Amino acid sequence: MSAEVVFYLLAAFAVVSALLCITQRNVLASALWLVSTMFSLAAIYVLLQAQFLAAIQVLVYAGAVMVLFVFVIMLLNVGRSASDIRGLPVRVIALLVGVGLLVQLFLLSRVTPGSLAGGVGIPAGAGSPLDAFPAGQAGADAPALQGVVGAIAEPLFRDYLVPFEITSILLLAAAVGAVVLAKRRL
Amino acid sequence: MLLGPSLLLSAVLFTIGVVGVLVRRNAIVLFMCVELMLNAVNLTFIAFSQVLGLGGQVMVFFVMTVAAAEAAVGLAIILAIFRHTRSVDLKNINLLQG
Repeated sequence: MSAEVVFYLLAAFAVVSALLCITQRNVLASALWLVSTMFSLAAIYVLLQAQFLAAIQVLVYAGAVMVLFVFVIMLLNVGRSASDIRGLPVRVIALLVGVGLLVQLFLLSRVTPGSLAGGVGIPAGAGSPLDAFPAGQAGADAPALQGVVGAIAEPLFRDYLVPFEITSILLLAAAVGAVVLAKRRL
Repeated sequence: MLLGPSLLLSAVLFTIGVVGVLVRRNAIVLFMCVELMLNAVNLTFIAFSQVLGLGGQVMVFFVMTVAAAEAAVGLAIILAIFRHTRSVDLKNINLLQG
């Protein structure tokens, strides 16, 4: 099977899981369908040459975050409640908004560097996008030279070091905030 | 390369997330739909990082961190609201509605 066939299978699985996630009445079933979407996305990340992020997706998203969700659902015992899906007028409006957004995003995804260059009078560059973006070429070669993790670690700890450190403060604040909010009385 | 199909899949998943936020009233499901939208954006970052360099994958790293922090704080808020109203349905959370 070629990579395209695998990609389309996984994409169909992700979309069907996401649709089931928003239509299931049971909140717990909804959460499990979301886990299934995240697993399909992790597999797609592998196809897109992002193996490290696929592992992180499974560990952090499908693991930690969704366990937190399932934990809260079971703690609150809201799994089997009356339907919380809104009435017909809201559903129609949501469908219209969804179709409009989908058309917009689809048109946006058609925009390429070539078509933008054509728009300002420069002849659209032929050939691979990798030729137009040297950083992309370097990025494509990096995993072969440094390994999958090393290729991400280098920009993370060189170009994005300050955001990385700020992230640790954010996580500390979130942990303290979550404890303070969820505690009955301090 | 799979750039075009990835962007299309990302658009579809993001739209499903938006529709989910609009049609559901359960606060926990709303949070899950927000996670779905963040995942769709991550897919866009990773698809473009093939073409534009590995900065996109670093961004995904940060988005995941922020999503984890957001889920922890958001679920703590839902827990506090549930203790107050005994419900996570948005129609019962209307103290600010005037």
